[in-house]
Amino acid sequence: MRGDPKVTGVLPIGMENATKLMSLISKAGKEYVCIMQVHCDYEMNELKEIVNQFIGEIYQRPPVRSSVKRRTRKRRVYSIDILETEGRLVLMKIASEPGTYMRKICHDIGILLGCGAHMRELRRTRSGIFTEDSNLVTLHEISEALYMYKHCKDESDLRRVLLPMEFAVCGIPKVVIDDDAVNAITYGATLNAPGVVAFQNFKRGENVAIMTLKGEIVAIGESNINSNEIQNMKKGIVVKPKRVLMERDVYPKGWKKNEKD
Amino acid sequence: MYKFLEKIDHFCNYSNSWNILREAQTDDKYGFYPDKRPIEALIRNAIINLDKPAGPTSHEVAYWVKKMFNLNKVGHGGTLEHV
Repeated sequence: MRGDPKVTGVLPIGMENATKLMSLISKAGKEYVCIMQVHCDYEMNELKEIVNQFIGEIYQRPPVRSSVKRRTRKRRVYSIDILETEGRLVLMKIASEPGTYMRKICHDIGILLGCGAHMRELRRTRSGIFTEDSNLVTLHEISEALYMYKHCKDESDLRRVLLPMEFAVCGIPKVVIDDDAVNAITYGATLNAPGVVAFQNFKRGENVAIMTLKGEIVAIGESNINSNEIQNMKKGIVVKPKRVLMERDVYPKGWKKNEKD
Repeated sequence: MYKFLEKIDHFCNYSNSWNILREAQTDDKYGFYPDKRPIEALIRNAIINLDKPAGPTSHEVAYWVKKMFNLNKVGHGGTLEHV
């Protein structure tokens, strides 16, 4: 819905290779501030009571103009706080699962109030681990940084704009592997116990990021074990990679030493 | 272990303690430290936390970024249109 109502805020963009990491972010929780216009005068207490009914599990049917099938679906709303009101305008802060329609929440609050309401403005303040405080930049800042790089040979602004894609795995457990174990994974091998140098705690079946000793991401995969089992393992699969981020042959081959079980 | 790993966790205040199994060295001949990648490599392995302006759609904005940097593909972390 172009331009109307005005929707702004946190939109993390993955560039080229980093595109592969964006599902981690789009599948994570969101936070918004939103201005709702109520179509009649209301009692503050009544509004608060109605708003509270939208916290927890709610049912939503996607709006007519939406990009998904219009099938009623369940979504979890973690919190709604009324920050401020001015006449019939209500400023709210909402945290929810991805795919929750703020427009619909405003509409449905209006129905319960009896006179209707709609969303006037919306700003996303968080998408997964990315917030307004984590290096948020405007299109103008990108354009200026790019100009400085291209025409003035100064890349310092551009480095402030571009976050290394590794930050995307901030919220998941990580394992660090030996230089020798890196290349096999880029060729599709599993991460086996001998390659692991260090790890954060994880459970079996969790998303785990495989990192080099330099801190580069090699791949994201699903853990095959609980992390407390690693200490006693001499061999066996630790992580099954699902998405490989690193190109092949950046690191030397270490097949013979590491990949024979 | 390279300190950039701690920086990653610090980025979103993630806390999960590290268990070190053994000492290991990395050879500087291979790969790059993520915060020291040459700028051309960084451009193809980066995320921009963009403040989407009102007006254009998320897809349009992502497309502009793609053109500005002359990339083959970009992806965004959840469209802002349908919300």
